[in-house]
Amino acid sequence: MANIFTAFFNRFLKGLFRKKKHVKLGLYGPPNGGKTTLANKICQDWLGEDMGIVSNVAHETREIQIKEQISIKNEQGKELTFNLVDTPGIATKIDYEDFLKAGIPEKEAKIRAKEATKGIIDSIKWLDEMDTVIIVLDATLDPYSQVNITLIGNLAAREIPVLIAANKVDLKKANIKRIQSAFPQYEVIGLSAKYGTNMDDFYDALFKFAS
Amino acid sequence: MLTLQFIPYTEIEELSPARRVHKLLEVVKENKIVLLEGRLRREEEADLIQITMEHITPKFKGIEIAVINPEQKSDNLLRKLKLNMMSFVLGDRMGMTIIGPATIVREIKRNPEKIELYTVDEKRKRK
Repeated sequence: MANIFTAFFNRFLKGLFRKKKHVKLGLYGPPNGGKTTLANKICQDWLGEDMGIVSNVAHETREIQIKEQISIKNEQGKELTFNLVDTPGIATKIDYEDFLKAGIPEKEAKIRAKEATKGIIDSIKWLDEMDTVIIVLDATLDPYSQVNITLIGNLAAREIPVLIAANKVDLKKANIKRIQSAFPQYEVIGLSAKYGTNMDDFYDALFKFAS
Repeated sequence: MLTLQFIPYTEIEELSPARRVHKLLEVVKENKIVLLEGRLRREEEADLIQITMEHITPKFKGIEIAVINPEQKSDNLLRKLKLNMMSFVLGDRMGMTIIGPATIVREIKRNPEKIELYTVDEKRKRK
C-alpha cells in the first residue's frame, strides 16, 4: 500500500513539473508478443527508421530501449509527441535450454538467460516511470496468464492508462474477443504490427489515451 | 513424487511484503507446489516475479503462478454484492494462489473459473 501511495505521489509531483509532450509511452507484455515489431512499425511510420532487432527466439529484447521525441499527427492536425520505451518481455521463468533448442550455443544461451532475467527486473522497475502503457499481446494465445493479469493489475494500481494491442491478427488463430472478454475494462485494438494492419485505429486510440 | 504444501493466510499475514515473497519462494525452491490461502497484493505479485528472476540459475528456472479469485467475474447482481461483502470482510484472504517451480509445473491454465495444472513430462525431459 505504501509503495502505491509513494508511486502515486511521485507521479503527481512529476505531473506538476513535466510537460505533457514528454509523455513516456511504454510497450509491455509477455515475450514474443510483438512489442519490438510494433515499436519498429511506429518508428518506421513516423521517423523512417527501426528501433530494435526482432526475432522468433523469445527474449530477443533484453534491455530497455528508448526512442525519444516521436511525433505523430492525426487527421485533425493534432500532434502527440512521446518517448517510446520498448521493454523486455515479462515472464515468470527463464530456461536457458529453450535457447539451446533455438540453436544457440550453450555458453551464449546461459548468458542470454542471465540477461533476460535482468531485463525482466528492469521492465518491472520501469513501470513507475511510464505515463501510458500499451500491453502487446499475441492474439493467438490464451490471455488468461498470470503475467498479463499481474502486469495489468499493477498498472491499474499505479493509475497508469492502459491500451491493449491484440497483435498478430493476420494469423488464423487470432482471437480478439477472447482478449476483450479477459480484460473487459480496457480498450483492445486488434492489429498486425508486422503487416501494418489496423494501425490507423491504433494511432487514433493512442491519441485518446496519451493526450 | 509431487509435493503440495498448503500455506494458510495466517502464516504470511503478519510478514512484510518482502518476507512474504521470500517465504513463498523458499518453499517453491524446495521443489514443492505452494497452495496459498488467499492472494498476494498486486505489487507483491510483481515483487515475486522480480525476486524470482534474481534467483534463476540453470537448475532453478523460475515459477508458474495462478490466482483463483471468485470476485473477478459475476453477471448476477446479488452474487456480485455478496462477493463484494466477502471481499470486504476477508480481504486478501479470499481466493487461492498456486505457485510451482517451472521444473515441475509446465503450465497453469485458468479457464477462468478452474485451474488446470500441467506438469513437466519427466520421460520427455530425460531424452
